[in-house]
Amino acid sequence: MKHTALFGSVTALALAASGAMAAEGDTLKEVKSRGVLNCGVNTGLIGFAAPDANGNWSGFDVAFCKAVAAAVLGDPAKVKYVPTTGQTRFTALSSGEVDLLARNSTWTFQRDTDLKLDFIGVNYYDGQGFMVRKDLGVSSAKELEGATICIQTGTTTELNLADYFKANNMTYQPVNIDSNAEGEQQYMAGACDAYTTDASGLAATRASFADPENHIILPEIISKEPLGPAVRHGDNNWGDIARWTLFALIAAEEYGVTSANIEELAKSSTNPEVQRLLGTTDELGKMIGLDAEWAKRAIKASGNYGEIFAATIGEQTPIGLARGLNAQWTQGGLMYAMPFR
Amino acid sequence: MVSYPGVDNPPFRWSMLIYDRRYRSLTLQAIVFILVMLLASWLIDNTLRNLSAMGKTLSFDFLFRRAGYDIPQQLIPYNSDDTHLRATVVGLLNTLLVSLLGCIAATIVGVVVGVLRLSSNWLIARLMTVYVEVFRNIPLLLWILVILAIFTEVMPPPNAYRGENPAASMILFDTIAPTNRYTAIPSLGMTNPPGTIALGREGISWAFVAYVAVIVLAFIGNRLLRTRAQRIQDATGKRPTTWWITLAMFAVPLLLLTWWFGLHLIPPVLRGFNFAEGINMDNALVVLWLALTLYTGAFIAEIVRAGILAVSRGQSEAAFALGLRPRRTMSLVILPQALRVIIPPLISQYLNLTKNSSLAIAVGYMDLRGTLGGTTLNQTGREMECMVLMMGIYLVLSLLISGGMNVFNSRVKLRER
Repeated sequence: MKHTALFGSVTALALAASGAMAAEGDTLKEVKSRGVLNCGVNTGLIGFAAPDANGNWSGFDVAFCKAVAAAVLGDPAKVKYVPTTGQTRFTALSSGEVDLLARNSTWTFQRDTDLKLDFIGVNYYDGQGFMVRKDLGVSSAKELEGATICIQTGTTTELNLADYFKANNMTYQPVNIDSNAEGEQQYMAGACDAYTTDASGLAATRASFADPENHIILPEIISKEPLGPAVRHGDNNWGDIARWTLFALIAAEEYGVTSANIEELAKSSTNPEVQRLLGTTDELGKMIGLDAEWAKRAIKASGNYGEIFAATIGEQTPIGLARGLNAQWTQGGLMYAMPFR
Repeated sequence: MVSYPGVDNPPFRWSMLIYDRRYRSLTLQAIVFILVMLLASWLIDNTLRNLSAMGKTLSFDFLFRRAGYDIPQQLIPYNSDDTHLRATVVGLLNTLLVSLLGCIAATIVGVVVGVLRLSSNWLIARLMTVYVEVFRNIPLLLWILVILAIFTEVMPPPNAYRGENPAASMILFDTIAPTNRYTAIPSLGMTNPPGTIALGREGISWAFVAYVAVIVLAFIGNRLLRTRAQRIQDATGKRPTTWWITLAMFAVPLLLLTWWFGLHLIPPVLRGFNFAEGINMDNALVVLWLALTLYTGAFIAEIVRAGILAVSRGQSEAAFALGLRPRRTMSLVILPQALRVIIPPLISQYLNLTKNSSLAIAVGYMDLRGTLGGTTLNQTGREMECMVLMMGIYLVLSLLISGGMNVFNSRVKLRER
């Protein structure tokens, strides 16, 4: 018996070790041979990443997963969505469980360096806010002295909250929650006076309430939360693919390439930048180990950055977020794709 | 090794390590030991190699960096400027608190239910069976979530106590306010406080010291009193009445102290968003405590029942024949013998309860898993270090509990004479 048990554990360890080895290999090769992209997303935040009744994921972050899958595998449907909580997301990425993390994660110094992640860009410039019930009679975060506040553990918001109340010499009682759904439940039951997370997350959460008009998001934005997709540190080629897929989506909006006119522009456009982007001239794709039409497929998957924004979280959706900082640089925003040449 | 006169022991040959029964077991043990050690070293080496391949090195420096997050409930002073190490200690103390409360309450529940399950009253015995089976056969996490949902949805928010005609009213002469965040209970106040002993960042009130001293002295006095009563009983056959002296020894100094310090209750009042002045008992703690108690209590009930049933019927019949009344039979004959059977499995239930308390994260109770294994792990990204440290702490904790209980066990176990 002893020998069998020993042999079994040796096998298990060997398997575990081979799993760990895979985490540091060539991600592009591995994704291609697997035929599916493992994408870490939120456990359920309407507008950003949430499954519908049939289990089909959709949202702002999901659209980015689809674009990368289209660029790499040629099919936006070849994505396996791995729901991750604020606590599990970075472990999932560094252990190789997911190839790409697109889950409203804030780009910070420590995460970029010490956690060995590479943020490949910013797809949403956000900031932390507070949501309260209207009948609480609070109109500013400065009036939250002594309040009970629901907060997701393992997020930057947890640290910002502590800093904000300390800086303003106020006290508060934190209620730690694990997921957005749990926070919603506690907030709705009145177990906390205010719910705090990224302002976009608050808008998305409020949109899912039965009575959104009875809740307000306070005007104070207490932090900078540049949200972006992340990959593992060390595989630069894979990082390049993710980074330039994001730039392709942003650049497409800038040059007016949409999912509707992309085929036509690929044939007839005379703008050299568009020609390079869509692979009509120059083979930029080769330099990152892909074919010439990678960006074209990425844009076709769910449209350019502006189309994705409008369809998932824009002003026409229940979430109703304005472009604000996330407008193109030509429109006074911060979205600025590096040149394709 | 058996040797016969006139037969020489054969000289040692290497093959004897396998074929000679005297050496074989030693050989096998040595081989297994070497294999286990090799496996362990390979595992550690592999881990370190993979970590360094990811560019991570094993380092515990993060423990001394600023934590930056707040903890809802704390037994020692803590704020976001403190280190991760202090946050870990705060979490550990919270784990210890809920485990201690849980072990005590689960033992009480378990003993009562275990005895009642053997009751001759059909209804009571069946009700207890239902309780035991329901709690024993549904995962603890579900119980925690169910109880949390009940507390969150059924209890009124603090806001309901506000206004001229509030939706909810405080109970027990307006002193206790159950809410869906916490239960606000009165705190103790003194009109004539005696000052505190400074002890790091916190202090112990002299009043607390005085109370403890009085109670300890009263216990010692009571003991002397009983020894004296026993002596008189042995000499004269008559035991003097002592209960009123005992009562006076405890009550008079305590009442005097209370009067001197001007000790009184401060009822909680609603101020701003929450109740203030009183003590707010966090629902996270209460929910977790309740769930752990009811769950482990069901197991302990079965252990107690088994222990009582293990004492043979002849014992109680003999006790009755000697003229002992049922209560004394239980306390002098059956329970001491049942304890021998009960204690060893009880130890593992205490260990289970302590380890199960790490489900605290489900209710947002910041125990060791919530601080060191939750927020600290997440904010620093030191998975390996946090996990190793956490496993080490739980291991030491469990070994301490089981060591302590083993000492207790050796005191109650059967002494063979």
